[in-house]
Amino acid sequence: MAYSDKVIDHYENPRNVGSFDKGDDSIGTGMVGAPACGDVMKLQIKVGADGRIEDARFKTYGCGSAIASSSLVTEWVKGKTLDEAAGIKNTQIAEELSLPPVKIHCSILAEDAIKAAIDDYKKKHPLKTEKAA
Amino acid sequence: MRLPIYLDYSATTPVDPRVAGKMIPYLTEFFGNPASRSHAFGWKAEEAVEEARGHVAALVNADPKEIVWTSGATEGNNLAIKGAAHFYKTKGKHLITQKTEHKAVLDTFRELERQGFEATYLDVKPDGLVEIEDLKKAIRPDTILVSIMMVNNEIGVIQPVWEIAELCKQHGIIFHCDAVQGGGRVEIDMSKLKADLLTITAHKMYGPKGIGALYVRRKPRVRIEAQIHGGGHERGFRSGTLATHQIVGFGEAARLAKLEMATDNERIRTLRDRLLDGLSDVEEMYVNGDLERRIPHNLNVSFNFVEGESLIMAVKDIAVSSGSACTSASLEPSYVLRALGRSDELAHSSIRITLGRFTTREEVDYAADLIKRKVAKLRELSPLWEMHKDGIDLNTVQWAAH
Repeated sequence: MAYSDKVIDHYENPRNVGSFDKGDDSIGTGMVGAPACGDVMKLQIKVGADGRIEDARFKTYGCGSAIASSSLVTEWVKGKTLDEAAGIKNTQIAEELSLPPVKIHCSILAEDAIKAAIDDYKKKHPLKTEKAA
Repeated sequence: MRLPIYLDYSATTPVDPRVAGKMIPYLTEFFGNPASRSHAFGWKAEEAVEEARGHVAALVNADPKEIVWTSGATEGNNLAIKGAAHFYKTKGKHLITQKTEHKAVLDTFRELERQGFEATYLDVKPDGLVEIEDLKKAIRPDTILVSIMMVNNEIGVIQPVWEIAELCKQHGIIFHCDAVQGGGRVEIDMSKLKADLLTITAHKMYGPKGIGALYVRRKPRVRIEAQIHGGGHERGFRSGTLATHQIVGFGEAARLAKLEMATDNERIRTLRDRLLDGLSDVEEMYVNGDLERRIPHNLNVSFNFVEGESLIMAVKDIAVSSGSACTSASLEPSYVLRALGRSDELAHSSIRITLGRFTTREEVDYAADLIKRKVAKLRELSPLWEMHKDGIDLNTVQWAAH
């Protein structure tokens, strides 16, 4: 399969690889996918006092497109509010990385990972996030 | 050392330069149609075809009259299985094969099921081998054909086809053996292997693509119905103008294989052991399939917590294949590894490395080092590896399947 240059770039030089402390209050963790399906993404966001995402980390088990999709979204979510980040659509990811049809599920998984990380953060901060909403 | 390094000899082999050298005059100079009986151009081509038939027959210790040229392995398997099933259909309608066969066999069986035949697909043991007792139990009074491969294309294990052939003979059942991965790699002697039909192909033994052979036993005589009709070539088994240059190439490849197989195999076994040794300190690595009852050319390993396709992408300086079918449109893990009872994770994490005549020690050392480094890198990226290192049993995690 021919990968786009952007997929190869993210795959060979993944951005923001790593883990934050899951227990930290400022961290939201999203883990999506299943090993049996060949993809698992863990996306973590660090939310600042102003409600914006300060930083992000990922680890991904999956094909090159899955790794590239998660690497890309760690870049995209930085500086965004939770609502803005939740607005990132899989189609935008697929378009940016020129994913072929068989790899669209990678971009869907990345979108799900963002939403899961935001949900996790919101669960830790029921009041603050309610006010913001 | 030239990159990328070719380590996918089970997919296909390069044409040996000695083989290519023999073929070329039959494209330009001796281009006659071997079926032309009226002039020297035809006679010359026919002579070359028959010489090649002799070499291919000699490779499997058969009579040249038992060799039928085909376009390759897929056609050979189709001709053998459909041809025998159609010919013997008045005797019965039950066919037996096993789950890790090549698609050329499995899909042919599916087609015969659509035509009204009944098929049994035997399970394999965790080592990849068929259990003879399972076959015995599966045989019915109306079983007319058993088809079991000699060497599995993904994991390289050698099935007990010699015993299976004896069993089929006792029961009066036609036995077809897909020996495509065994031809030129495993010693085949048709006086010892009592198969009725046997498929081989040139491009797995340093011959050209597009030419294969089906062995059809004459004593006792086995009948098959032709699948391609036309000029009645190949004694009516397979019509179509013979591709003289391809056949000459196959003949020369078979001649060389017979001469060099033993020394090639010894050298390749040493290299395969060296490769396995080089990888042996990688944690959570699993060899797929029995390591003893296996051709020396094949190493199929799973690296737990690393996804196969990303590993293939990471090791692009070596040409290997993924046991995972992710590269195709389907996202299913290898059906062969699933049949061995491997978990989806391990089935997704496998790579097949196959060595051959032109593989060198330097190439094997480079491959082992590269794979080790890339597995480590991908594990740094893997949330599953992190969980494993944290002592989490992944089987206890509730995954949201997608």
